[in-house]
Amino acid sequence: MSEGYALRDPTAELGSTKRQRLAPPESLDGRVVALLDIGKERSDEFLDSIEAMLGSRGLRVRRYSKPSPTTLSADYASSAIAAECDVVIEGLAD
Amino acid sequence: MAEQLIVVAKRDCPTCTLIEPVYAELAAGPTPLAVYSQDDPGFPGNIRGVVDDTGLETSYRFDIEFVPTLIRLKDGEEVGRAVGWTRGEWRQLAGLERLGDGLPEAQAGCGARNVEPGMRERLMVRFGDVAIRARRIELGDYDDPLESCFERGWTDGLPVVPPTGERIVRMLSGTRRKADEVVGLIPPNRVPCTVEKVAINAVMAGCRPEYMPVVLAVVEAVLISEFAMHGLLCTTYFSGPTVIVNGPIARSIGMNSGVNALGQGNRANATIGRALQLLIRNVGGGVPGGIDRATLGNPGKYTFCFAEDESDPEWTPLSLARGFAPGASTVTLFHGDGVQAFCDQKSRTPEELTRSLAMSLNVVGHYKLAQCCNAILVLSPEHYAIFRDAGWDRARIEEELHAATTRPGRELAQGAHGVGEGMSPEHADRMLPKFWRDHGLLIVRAGGRAGLFSAIIGGWAGGRNRDVVQPVTKEVET
Repeated sequence: MSEGYALRDPTAELGSTKRQRLAPPESLDGRVVALLDIGKERSDEFLDSIEAMLGSRGLRVRRYSKPSPTTLSADYASSAIAAECDVVIEGLAD
Repeated sequence: MAEQLIVVAKRDCPTCTLIEPVYAELAAGPTPLAVYSQDDPGFPGNIRGVVDDTGLETSYRFDIEFVPTLIRLKDGEEVGRAVGWTRGEWRQLAGLERLGDGLPEAQAGCGARNVEPGMRERLMVRFGDVAIRARRIELGDYDDPLESCFERGWTDGLPVVPPTGERIVRMLSGTRRKADEVVGLIPPNRVPCTVEKVAINAVMAGCRPEYMPVVLAVVEAVLISEFAMHGLLCTTYFSGPTVIVNGPIARSIGMNSGVNALGQGNRANATIGRALQLLIRNVGGGVPGGIDRATLGNPGKYTFCFAEDESDPEWTPLSLARGFAPGASTVTLFHGDGVQAFCDQKSRTPEELTRSLAMSLNVVGHYKLAQCCNAILVLSPEHYAIFRDAGWDRARIEEELHAATTRPGRELAQGAHGVGEGMSPEHADRMLPKFWRDHGLLIVRAGGRAGLFSAIIGGWAGGRNRDVVQPVTKEVET
């Protein structure tokens, strides 16, 4: 008479699509490091000190930012970071 | 192919049983006859070969509305139909000079079983006329559908209405939009979401089909970039989406803007906001403890939706204030926390009440923060009357409140009054408005007739990012 006890899936039906992280490099030698400022208050100061520290080790650093923590890095920086850098350090706060 | 007569009847219909002799007369006539019984294959008992249609497929295919119905087919195509019993019509359709002698000239029939409430959607699903694309999940005979929804992680902690095919079809009947139309990318996983997925989650939330245009507008509103739904979802702050509905649709679907407008008890208020939260959870993947990192959250994250009271013609409703035309139905989405009570039973002039409101508005987020957390002021009828009776309209109230909540930066500076929290010292010599002038304080009217109590709904600290975090308003497509 009815569908029986059949439900319809309310989800995106993606199943488990967790991507495996890339293994971190053995060494940063010769790598380009991205520093992403996510827009939290004073994260620029924190990243300045990280940049200085990495610079003292002879590493190349590139800076990226998004306007606020409420915005998506995908809209502002992710593509450029992926194209231009080897590793990324994100200035996450809280 | 020769011509054919079809009768659809049921034993439970007095007219169908009254005309039982007619079936035998038709069967003895020159035109082949098929009689379909909706409820008892043994009825009518005076002819052979009654077709069992208790499954209602033939009734559904022929779109039978009443029984008895007589249909004439020619080469498989319907060429005539008589509904109920009218001797002249039946004789003409059957091509018989005599039929039903001794019976009343005419007698109305009964409603057909295939159009009983809810049956049409059930039959649409069963006979494949609606292609529901969502994955079908079969439950075992002993599975409790409600518990199954919990086990699959589909709920907000409260039971949901199990999303069966017929319920989804019924929900989709509430919109003219196609089920496979993509509404947008739902955060946080930025997953394409169809109208059908919205309908499924609306079913689970307990919505009625007529709420669908509002639910769809709400979903589209949170996807507007300035609403920053992704950020709102993953913030450690309290906030969640708060929905204000304006316009004729709020009244037509029975939303509450009066007594207990911000509380429980109204289906539309309760389920529209919940549908959004379930959609974010189920389609977007936004789960508390996952990407939802709220330190405490607030009860409004189950649902927080109400309508504005637009009954006073002197008041400019929120939708008009935000640029929409009179008569438009809209939803306004705000990043809301819980309800902060405003109790003032002594102020009698608009000036007094403004100063009083400013005191409470200034504590939104923190007393020493400005241009940070937005807010909604829900003016109750008795408080509004103080303004209205003095001739203050929306613009005047907004202007006066803005002035009353503007304070010296020095008073708000970090460290001032022995409190670390506050504004940067660089603002010490400026006057600092508490709220952004354009969208920082939304004023709406709602509430019961009695009570000098209004409500302040504080907003997200993300509101300090003036250009990227704003309330948004979307027109409801009806």
